[in-house]
Amino acid sequence: MSFSVGLSTYLLVGAMLFSLGLYGIFAKKNVIAVLMSIELMLNAVNLNFVAFNRFLGNESVLHGFVTAVFIIVLAAAEVAVGLALVISIYRTRKSTSVDDFNWLKW
Amino acid sequence: MFDFNFLMLTPEIAVAVLTLVLLAIGLLIPQGARKGMMPLTVFFLLGVLAFSVYDFFFGPQGVTLGGMYIHDQFAGFFKILFLSAAILVALSSGAYVQSFPTSRGDFYALLMGATLGMMLMSGAGDLLTLYVGLELMTITFYILVAYWLTEEKSAEAGVKYLILGAASSAVLLYGISLFYGMTGSLMLTDIRQAMFATPISPVTILASVFLLAGFGFKISLVPFHMWAADIYEGAPTPVTAFLAVASKAAAFAALIRVYVLTVGVQTFSPPSIGGHWTGQNLLLVLAALTMIVGNLIAIPQTNIKRMLAFSSVAQAGYLMVGIIPASPDGVKGVLFYAMIYVFGNMGAFAVATHIGQAQGSDEIKDFAGLARRSPVAAAVMTASLLSLAGIPPLAGFVGKFYLFSAVMSEGFTAIAYIGFVMSMVSVYYYLSVVKVMYLTEGEGLPLVPVKGASKFTMVFTMLITLALGLYPTPLAQMAIAAANSLVK
Repeated sequence: MSFSVGLSTYLLVGAMLFSLGLYGIFAKKNVIAVLMSIELMLNAVNLNFVAFNRFLGNESVLHGFVTAVFIIVLAAAEVAVGLALVISIYRTRKSTSVDDFNWLKW
Repeated sequence: MFDFNFLMLTPEIAVAVLTLVLLAIGLLIPQGARKGMMPLTVFFLLGVLAFSVYDFFFGPQGVTLGGMYIHDQFAGFFKILFLSAAILVALSSGAYVQSFPTSRGDFYALLMGATLGMMLMSGAGDLLTLYVGLELMTITFYILVAYWLTEEKSAEAGVKYLILGAASSAVLLYGISLFYGMTGSLMLTDIRQAMFATPISPVTILASVFLLAGFGFKISLVPFHMWAADIYEGAPTPVTAFLAVASKAAAFAALIRVYVLTVGVQTFSPPSIGGHWTGQNLLLVLAALTMIVGNLIAIPQTNIKRMLAFSSVAQAGYLMVGIIPASPDGVKGVLFYAMIYVFGNMGAFAVATHIGQAQGSDEIKDFAGLARRSPVAAAVMTASLLSLAGIPPLAGFVGKFYLFSAVMSEGFTAIAYIGFVMSMVSVYYYLSVVKVMYLTEGEGLPLVPVKGASKFTMVFTMLITLALGLYPTPLAQMAIAAANSLVK
């Protein structure tokens, strides 16, 4: 059975990563793990952009690659803020479990 | 190839410079000597606002940076809106920010960062610029929501907003990546052409729905509204006001541009121009649900910030109604309503900020006897709430009239009726706050007179709300000019 790695393979992996991330956001109890799930979703998007740019477009137009770089930078900023907030909560509650974030009616 | 028209970017550059200057001042000047930051921010913004108003009427219009940035009257209108909201928030937050225990130096810098992100969103001509503006706004808001570090609720609200906000950005991005895959471009104009040329496919629908979900989160459209009440309650009140007013308007600016220019062309348009009704039906259902759920859940709320949160969900529903026909009149209604919503909501939040700070409580029952304890605050709160409810002669009535008459003239009567009924329902919970303020004694509660910048903000928003209700023509003309610059 022959199996070639083409655009659809990349898109499939991307869709799987995205779904895993989405599942993780709702299923994981630890905030750090939830942040990791968000990273999975963003990286699924990166994979999509890079694959589309590689397989569909004119290779000299780099919009897809450039967008992926932008997303990496913004995701890093997001996680930096996220971890800072988690640390500030951990200092007072000694917990990073989502179940303990119940001061506000969720 | 490289067209770089600095003149068109003047307001953005000015706000970016102000952000960096405020950040530097916050780092260099010691605590206690920073009293000048609020006036500096306000007066600088007033200058930028004056320039933006001039620019709206007489400035050059066009695109720059190879089409990535659009400078038209539609973007100009929203820039005026964001700058007005930022000025009002800065003015009403002076005393509140002074009461923060630590690190108040960067509050105004963050506020300006968020404003800059909103301005970029309103002018974005491609989806990457849109995303960068959106993230600039949202990431600064994560910090602002959690700004009150010693207050547990604030940090918790920050984390919740971050998790949900980041997830919604990821969904939005996935939709953008699908658009890129289908059309090979991120430019809105290119996507429009490509979508006209190709038949509708499941991928188009999936991408449109993902995009709508991403924006729907920011404007708290109903299936994605769950975050609003928690985050609004936990955040410092001036930040809540800015979040409710300006970040929602920014998401609407981006949504209208994307909807009218691209998505509406195919998946959300009538069959006559090659689309299907399905998408528009989806929007109708979402707008109706948003109005119904927002208004009904607002009724039992006992905390003023939670009540205003659900009221703002309902307001998003009204605004959404205006987008559906994608006609100049509908967009004009949205623009007009978004502007008066700024003044109505800012008045209510300025009073909530003042009471929250003076009495240490955001519960509605602690507004008891406010008419005696602080007549100005009670009057402003009443005017703002009645404007939000749409009672003449206040501005909210004119706004709702424009919105609903625009959709009715396009044949969407059912949604307009739902809007009417739900507006009447909203009068109930708005008036119950007024009743607490005027008809109860509030014994044992202190006198809380308002003064200074906070008093100015309150009276100013009330006057604008009243003035626009009695004489809406100038703003309506600006709104129609802005709508015509977008919808041809």
